[in-house]
Amino acid sequence: MKRFILALALAAGLPFAASAAEFNQVQTDKSAIYFTYQQMGVKMDGRFKKFAARLNFDPARPTEAKATFDVDLASVDTGAPEADEEVAGKPWFNTKAFPTAQFVSGAVKALGGNRYEVAGKLTIKGKTQDVVVPATFTAQGATGVFDGSFTIRRGDFSIGEGAWAKFDIVANDIQIKFRITAASAK
Amino acid sequence: MTNTYTPTAKSLHWLMAILLFGLLALGFYMHDLPLSPQKLQFYSWHKWAGVTAFLLVLVRLGWRVTHVPPALPGSMPKLMQYAAHAGHFMLYALMLAIPLSGWLMSSAKGFQTVWFGVLPIPDLLDKNKELGDLLAQVHKILNLLFVAVIVSHIGAALKHHLIDKDDILTRMLPRH
Ligand code: HEM
Repeated sequence: MKRFILALALAAGLPFAASAAEFNQVQTDKSAIYFTYQQMGVKMDGRFKKFAARLNFDPARPTEAKATFDVDLASVDTGAPEADEEVAGKPWFNTKAFPTAQFVSGAVKALGGNRYEVAGKLTIKGKTQDVVVPATFTAQGATGVFDGSFTIRRGDFSIGEGAWAKFDIVANDIQIKFRITAASAK
Repeated sequence: MTNTYTPTAKSLHWLMAILLFGLLALGFYMHDLPLSPQKLQFYSWHKWAGVTAFLLVLVRLGWRVTHVPPALPGSMPKLMQYAAHAGHFMLYALMLAIPLSGWLMSSAKGFQTVWFGVLPIPDLLDKNKELGDLLAQVHKILNLLFVAVIVSHIGAALKHHLIDKDDILTRMLPRH
């Protein structure tokens, strides 16, 4: 009986122990999502100003981590207002019909050290693709920072149709870079 | 001293005349196009040709300071001679300042220039939207000024040829 009570206490205590080290409060003001691509051999970059993120990550149990990102595509900042307008339009993101891009994590692998690999599904413009996102995690006290980057092909998501569909001016490969800061729950 | 320009000076003059005319036409034309792959293509071509013009004018200035051009005819009033020198000085100054302003504008706008898509030209300025817009304005005003100076340049050359009937125009032509 004593044993049983002990087990019960442990089982009850465990979730608290786990959540103490779980990083799950995303601080969007200290987070950013960037992209880079090539335009006629010239490296260009931009970012998304608005996105929502939900995240649960316990360094002690990385494989149970979960993350969901919703990126407001109309918040794109290419560096030129004319281009922002163009990219929100029908041939590119078509933000009227598809306002957000979503990433939902699946399996998470720990690669050793502070490196992880997050498999997941990325949906943009109604098209879903499997992606694998390498990321590092650095804890700084009660906050942790996730850094990573991965490459998508805009053609896979019909980003840039019609006159833009060829890759001679705007390349197919788009590199997505992110830095997400999350605090651990109290 | 012969009363003509060196073949090198003549070649540079006419080569740049063609190139600059093309750059002006393309510049004013592309500016008002709606964003399209074509427009981006034109912008790149314009920047490549503009950097080429800048390098050519450096060569040309090098040639100019080492090879004295033929003197203006003594029949020309002193005031007109000054005007001619001032006009030529303006042309050189603008041929330097216009591509420089284009380069600085591209840097400030965050669109690096990669010469012929191969050779990256360093960005002299950090990305800064206000500065980029200002430099675009500077590039445009310098170009409008350039057009005005070119028109008087051509007007003066024609006046020498048709009214004064001297050899000012013909001595810049290939077989003089
Ligand atoms: C002698 C050489 C050049 C000439 C004669 C020239 C001429 C022009 C002209 C006439 C315009 C249109 C201005 C307007 O309507 O706003 C223009 C625009 C432009 N030029 Fe140049 N240009 C030269 C060199 C360059 C260089 C070297 C670069 C960059 C490396 C450059 C970049 C641009 C850009 C980006 C625009 C578009 C500005 C805008 O859309 O606001 N240009 N140029």
